This record gives sequence, C-alpha cells and structure tokens, in this order.
Amino acid sequence: MSETVIKCESVYKIFGENAKKMLEEANGNVDAKTFQEKGCIVGVNNASFEVAKGEMLVVMGLSGSGKSTLLRCISRLTDATGGKIFIEGQDLLELNNKELIDLRRNKMGMVFQSFALLPHKTVVENIAFPLQIKGTNTEDSISRAMEMVKLVGLDGRENYFPRELSGGQQQRVGIARSLAVEPDIWFLDEPFSALDPLIRKEMQDEFLRLQEKLQKTIMFITHDFDEALKLADRIAIMKDGIIEQLDTPANIVLNPATEYVRKFTEEVPREKVLVIEDVMDTSSKDNLGDLKVSKDEIIENVAEKILTQEKIVGVVDSNNNVVGSIKPSKIIDTVFGGRKDSN
Amino acid sequence: MEYLKKYPKLFQWLFLLAVFFGLCFAIDVPETYKFIRGQAEFIKDPNQSVYFFLGKEVRYYAFDVFWRLPPLLGWLPIWINDSLFFLMNEWLPMEFWNEDTQEFKTRPLLLQISRNLTSFMTFLIELIREILLGGLNTIVAFSSWDWIDANPWAELPGLPWTIVAAGATILSYKLSGKGLALFAGLTMIYISIFGQWKPSMQTLSFILVAAPLSFIFGLGLGIAAYKSKRVEKALYPILLVMQTMPQYAVLVPALVLFGVGDHAAVIITMVVAVPPMILLTILGLRAIPPEVIEAGRMSGCTNWQLMLKVLIPTARRDILIGVNQVIMVCFSMAVISAFIGAKGLGFNLLLALNQLNIGLALEAGLCISLIAILLDKMSLAWANKQTDYFGNLTFFQRNKNVIFFAASFVIGIILAYVGTFIFKGSFNYLFEIPHNKGISTADFWNKGVDWIFDTFFIYIKAFNTWLIQDVLQPMRALYLRMPAVATLVLAVGAGYLIGGIRSALVVCALTLFIALSPWWDRALVTLYMATFGVVISCLIGFTVGTLSFQNKKSAAFMLGICDIFQTFPSFVYLIPVMMLFGITDTSVLIAVVVYATIPATRYTIEGLRSVPVGLHEAATMSGVNKFQRLTKIEFPLAFPHMMLGLNQTIVFALFMVIIGAFIGTEDLGQYILKALSDKNGAGIGLTLGICVAFIGLIFDNLIRTWVNQRKKHLGIS
Repeated sequence: MSETVIKCESVYKIFGENAKKMLEEANGNVDAKTFQEKGCIVGVNNASFEVAKGEMLVVMGLSGSGKSTLLRCISRLTDATGGKIFIEGQDLLELNNKELIDLRRNKMGMVFQSFALLPHKTVVENIAFPLQIKGTNTEDSISRAMEMVKLVGLDGRENYFPRELSGGQQQRVGIARSLAVEPDIWFLDEPFSALDPLIRKEMQDEFLRLQEKLQKTIMFITHDFDEALKLADRIAIMKDGIIEQLDTPANIVLNPATEYVRKFTEEVPREKVLVIEDVMDTSSKDNLGDLKVSKDEIIENVAEKILTQEKIVGVVDSNNNVVGSIKPSKIIDTVFGGRKDSN
Repeated sequence: MEYLKKYPKLFQWLFLLAVFFGLCFAIDVPETYKFIRGQAEFIKDPNQSVYFFLGKEVRYYAFDVFWRLPPLLGWLPIWINDSLFFLMNEWLPMEFWNEDTQEFKTRPLLLQISRNLTSFMTFLIELIREILLGGLNTIVAFSSWDWIDANPWAELPGLPWTIVAAGATILSYKLSGKGLALFAGLTMIYISIFGQWKPSMQTLSFILVAAPLSFIFGLGLGIAAYKSKRVEKALYPILLVMQTMPQYAVLVPALVLFGVGDHAAVIITMVVAVPPMILLTILGLRAIPPEVIEAGRMSGCTNWQLMLKVLIPTARRDILIGVNQVIMVCFSMAVISAFIGAKGLGFNLLLALNQLNIGLALEAGLCISLIAILLDKMSLAWANKQTDYFGNLTFFQRNKNVIFFAASFVIGIILAYVGTFIFKGSFNYLFEIPHNKGISTADFWNKGVDWIFDTFFIYIKAFNTWLIQDVLQPMRALYLRMPAVATLVLAVGAGYLIGGIRSALVVCALTLFIALSPWWDRALVTLYMATFGVVISCLIGFTVGTLSFQNKKSAAFMLGICDIFQTFPSFVYLIPVMMLFGITDTSVLIAVVVYATIPATRYTIEGLRSVPVGLHEAATMSGVNKFQRLTKIEFPLAFPHMMLGLNQTIVFALFMVIIGAFIGTEDLGQYILKALSDKNGAGIGLTLGICVAFIGLIFDNLIRTWVNQRKKHLGIS
C-alpha cells in the first residue's frame, strides 16, 4: 500500500460539559446511553482508520450517525475529545493555531452541503477567496480562479452572485473554491445531498472525472448508499458514532459485517456494483469454454454473454492469464439469489 | 362549565379584568387628591409628608397606599445628582499638565477624562467644519494664536459650495449611478440657494463625526458580545433600557458630564446610536450559517480575516440596517441636541418652531430630511458596491471620478474668484450663499398656514375642541382614576397569564419602580397619550398595510414610503401638525399617530409577506376567497410578526409623546424638558428617562413573551 495521508487512532468526540473527564473515566469503553444520561452526547466513538494517498474513503451513515462530526475532527473544525489524528505524519491535535492555518491554506480543501458560499462575493471572488486569504496578489488569484471556473464549467458566469445560480452551479463554485489552492487532501461533506437527483448524477460523474485527473486524497461524506458505492474506493459505514464496517464496496455488499450494514445492502443491484473478480472461482481453472472475460468487468456488462454459454467461462487478468472461472449459474445466484437470507 | 374548560385563558383574563375594575370601584379618589400638585414637587408645603433617606430629604403628599404609593424612590434622583457632582468635581483628584498655563493643575480624574474627550470631539468636528466652511481653529491647534496673528493668510478658506455639491454628486455617481447623483446634486443646490448652506454644513460635520464613531463602537461592541457570552450578558440590560429610553432624557446627564456644545452632542448621540448598532450586529452575526464560518476557517482564515472578510460581510444585511439606524438617530439627535447647544439646522429648526415661523421650520426640516435620505442611500450603495476585475479600462476610465472632481475643484475655485468681481461689495453667491440671503419660501408657507387657519379655522377648532373635550379629557381622567394597586394588579396579572411567574416578576419590578418614583401621575398621562396614539396608529397601519399587501407593487411602494418617513428626524413631524393645529395636545397626538403608524404599517406588510407561498396555494386550492384567505390563513400566521410591530409602535409613540413636550404637554416629557434647565436636573432627567424606558419595557416583555410562545405554537420560530 502507498503512503498513508490521514490516520486516526481511536478518535472520540463527545459533546458536553465534562466530556474529557468522562472519557478518561470510561477507560476506552464508551457507551452512548450511559453518557447521554449524564448529559453528554457521543458524536464519534472510537474511530480508527487510515486513508492512503490518492484514495477515496466514503463515510456513509444516516443523519446523526456522527459522520460529519468525524470529518470536522479530522479537519479540526472541532477538537477531538480523545485519540490521535495524523495528517501526513503530523499530529493534528498538537498543531498550534498558525501551523493549523498553514495546513489549511496549503493542504486542505473542503466542500459543504449547503455550499457555504460568501453571499457578497461573485463566483470568481468566491473561488479566489482562499488564495487571497493566503496573500496571493489580486491578479494571480483572479487568473487562477478563472482556471478553476473553466475546470468546473462555469465560464461566462464568473461575475454572477451565488444567489443568481442554481444549486448545482453553486456547488460547482464550492468545489472550485476548495480546489483553488491545489490541496492534497479534499474533504467533501455531503456535497450533492442538496441537489436534484438528475443534477446529483451529473455532478457525481463530473466529480469522478475530476478525481481521475487530480488524484486527491479524499474523505467524502454521504447518507446515500448508492452514491457511496458509485464513488468509493473504500466505504466506512457509521452508526451512533461507531464505524460499523470499513471495507471495499464489493466486500460490504457480499459480506456485511453487521445486521445494520446488511439492511443497506439488501436493495443494492449487485450486478452494478460487483466485478467478476468478486464472484469468480479461483480454485478450478479446467473445462473452460471459449469465452474469456476480464476480471475487472462489472457483472452487468458481461452477464448476457456469460449466461448464453453452456460451459464454464474463464476469467483473465490484464495480461490475459487465466486467474479463475465462473459458471453461468453463479451469475444467476449472485444477481437473484441469497438476498433475504444471509449467504 | 363547558366554556370554562374550552377557553380557560379567556376566563382567566375575564377574572383579571373583573378584579381590576372591582378594585377601581372599591377604592375612592381621596378628597385631597389633585393632579397638578400631584406627588413630590420640590416645594415646601405644610400638608406634605417628609422622610429622610441617605441624608436626602423627600417631600410628598401622602395618600392612601391603595390609591397612590408613597414615592419611596424619591431620593434616587437627588442621589444620582449628588453622585454625579461628586464624581465630576471631587472624586480622585490628580495632577495634570496644562498646556496653556504651562503648569501642573489638580483636577478630578473624571473631569479630566471628560475634558480630554470633549476636546478631541471638538477637534474632529472643527476639522470637518473648517474644510467645509473655513476657519482657523484647526490650524491653531497645530500652531498657536501668535503664529496665526503673524500669518493672517493661514486661515482655511473653506470650500465654495459648488465644489462640495460637485463632490457629493460625483461620489454618488461612483457609488450608485445617475439617479442618486441627480438627487445629490439637487439636494445640494437646494440647500445652497435656499440659504441653508452654513447650518447644513455644521449639521453635516456633526453627523460625519457622530455616525462613523457610533458605527465603529457599535460594531466593535457587537463583535465583542458575539464572541463572549459574558460581555453580552453585561451589555444586554443596558441595551434593553437604551432602546426604549427617550432621547431627551440622556441630554441632561450629558450636560453635567460634558458641558454644552457640539462635542457633548456627539457623545450623547453616540450613547443613543450605539445600542441599536450593537443589537443588529449581534443579530446579523448570529444568523450566519455555521457552514459559512467553517468554509472561512477551512480557507485558512486567521481570526481577523474571518471577522473582516467572512463574518462581517456575510452579516452585512443586518449591519446595514444598523448603519441606517445610526444615521437616523444621528439626524434625530442633530435636532434634539440643539437643546444643549449644538449648532446647525437643528438649532434653526427649534428657533423657528419657537417663533412659530412654520415656513422657516419647514425649510430647515426639509434640509435635514434631504441630507438624511442622501447619506442613508449613499451608505447603502457603498456597502453594495462591487469591483470589476475584468474590465480592461484605460487610465482615464479608471480615474475619471478623481479627474472630474479635480476639474470641478478648479472650476469651483475659478467661479468663486470670478464671483468676487461680479458681486463686488455684496455677498459672493458663487462662494457661499449666507444664511437668510438665499431664496426663501417661508413667507409662502406662513401665508399658506394663515390662509388655512382663516379658511378652515371653524372646522379645525371644532375638531380640536371635540377631540380634547370628548375624547382626550375623559380618557385622561379615566387613566388618572386608576388606583395604583389596581394598575399593579392588572400589570402583574397580565404578566402572569402571558409568561408565567417570571414575566409577572419582571413586570412587577418595572411597574413598582415607576409607582414608587415621584412621577406616577405623570407616567399615567404619558401612558394615556401613548395609548391613544398606539390605538389609532395600529388601526391605520393595519388597514393600510393589509390593503397595500393585496398587490405586490403597492406593498413595495408602501415599504419605500415607510423607509423615507423613517429617515425624517422625529422633530420634523412636529412642523406640519403645528401648522394645522397650533400648540395643543391635538398636535402632539397627531404627530404621535403619524410617527407610530410607520412601524405599524411596515410590520403588517412584512408579517403578511412572511406567510409561506405554499400555504397561499393550499388555501386557494381549498377554494377560499380572498377575504377568507386573509382572515383564516394570513392573519393568524402573520399575527406574531405584527405584534412585534405593535411593540415598535409603542416605542415610537412613547418617543414622540416625550418629544411632544416641546409643544407643551403635562406628562413625563415636560419634566424632562424642565430638567434641562435645572442645575440639579441630571438625576431627575435620568430617572424620568428610566421611567419612560420601563413603560416601554413592560409592554416589550409582555409582547415578546407572547410572540415567542405563539411562534413556537405555530412552528414558525
């Protein structure tokens, strides 16, 4: 695995007056209910994970699950109550104010659910804002901002005010602003939740295109499981401040760790999420028919081809070496079978 | 019994009213009671009772405790007075270096601070005044009188009025465009050719010092309160009282602390103008969505950058309303502070009103109002201005405003120079048109007033007599007929029914303060006048607001009118009513009604506007007609907001009632006015001001509590 950019070690965030003291007394055994009785609310409960360079980690959870709080701990918009957070090896909680500001000015960008644009600034001024805060001169910051305007496809609207834009356009401005300083780490807090379904899909595709190009390290928050499946390299599913499962989309769909996670996976169209590699049989490579499929194909794309075969289909890797096999019946089993009862 | 269960609140109110009226009838008016001699006057009369407290002697007419409470707080004004004098003249004497006499001099600390503060203010005002009008005090401040005597050329010549007018026009054009530029130009020309130049510039110099200082202090304190709960808690009660404190009342303590003149006026204007600025700053900052703040912090803002570039601009709307308020209060005070020796239009206005020269008063009033509107619009345009980064402008285009101003500067000077030849031996009209040497329409107006009087005298008189004899006198008598205990029960009962024990205690404390002061009777008269004004204003405002709401354009138009009327300094309202009704209570009450109708109308429209569109559509689809929609949907939902309007209406009405003392009333305001010329008036003025503020606060507390409950109930908080 490549280098770790974000690393969390048992991060806790507890809201309330005596949060710190209570956390110490709890000795690593935090129970939301007992805390609540004492007037404290547990936001994040013992979160440990790493995000590698260029990886996109999607944190999925319903409202109140603590996903936004977790993100705010990592961006240090709130201070975590306990645990350690490292950004590129630097202990985030040890940074003083100046170092923190430096980190944000150069390494971090963030996109917000309600766009959080400055109402008194035009599109281009909003995008140039982080640069101007850094002290870049007006000419450079505006020309850089104009590049960003083009990148998110808002050319011609640079002098509009946020109130004159649609939701999707506003979020494009938000995205452009967060990218203006060329950050390495990109936080997105439910960026598409406030948008219409069609616009949302368009923005997701756009976002994937951008990420292809930019290869940022990303933490993406969403409450939409489909969105998580579509975008994520890995997904963390949160409930009541606890990370229930952190895994690749395929593993989450195939092997939900808890009952809670399984409920989400039930309605998921597996053929759209899983690739051949996830379901192939690696033990037998004999009696193969003529058809060969790549292990990286999404099932939906090759299902028809496989299902019309009588024989077992071979699975190959990118070098055309056979790495496994798949029976047509396995496809049927994956798509239709074993939904309600656990596999 | 069933009704009792269905409407328990209604029966509680009925019970309260029954108790109130029962008490009113049960307690007789004492035979010795006479209004005018009322309570504690500071005259000796063998019939008076006396008590001593803190070494102060308080004399009063004793009545049955149920009828009128004894003025147990009668010592307070005297005590405040003595304390102020002690602080100013005796407390902490220290040695200070005196520039003029070149030696150390012993002075009390507070006096020294006050003198330093006032001389600083004086310097600022003089500086602007001398740029506009010429003079030499500023230069003296940097040199000496000897130097000036030796170099008589060094006196600042003052700008010709043409340059100031051109400057205002160009600035307006830069800020907003042609419309405002035209308005600015016409205003300046009007001021000049009507011979109001000098007083206008004096007033302007006062405003240009008072308004920015109030803005800075208000914003700063507002930010401090936003950042720290403790500061907010400390500020809040002061803000609350200051919001309802009549402007007259602060004049008197200012006299003691800062003396007489423009500098005292600036300081006192700040005292009045800063609280609303603070409140609106806090309000604006609180309303910022948390994500915007987070976005600012994630952009790497330092605390300063966050405040200056994110928070304040985002809260701009409310802060601008604050600026608007500051300007409004400044102009209002520009007139009122003429009582403590401020120069300018206000002084002329008061003088004209005193001489009953309505025409002159009208001209001065119009000048103040025009400048007020102009400054208001300019500040608004300034805040909304945006930069163009992409315009590929030539040097001339970029600097055209500066170039135009430079050009008009030169032309103005040439014109003024040419003027010295044209108007040889008389006034140089191209430099400055002196007071009373311009065109005046005063005669026209005065003749008009005379004509109205001659023609409609019978009707006006009849109306006047009817109003005073059949409405006002009986109403006043009824208010004065209330025994103190009954009033107290009513107030506390209302507090309890609306807001529970907490409200009851607050209202009880506020009412008791007034009841135990020596001016309970006067407070009742103030209350009766305010009640009359509020009732009529609400009826008018409610009707006008509802009618104009029926059409989007007329609603916007009406709000615009409210804006303009609100910019008029409160004193200006007295001019037209005095024109028509002379010096009577009717004049005061009509001014009160006109003034207080503004918030009533505004809040009605805004309240109706705030009803969600979805509900309109839902109602229309259920087949209601326009009238049903109004009564069943819009009024109930808009009612809480309209009640806030009532709150404002009460405050406005109280203000105007107090200002009406200038015409001659017999309420608290009259005593405040009297305190102005009393050398021991500071304590009296302040206590009276607090009394008026408390009347406002009683209603404020009740209405706000009710509105909050109602909003929670309707789910629109």
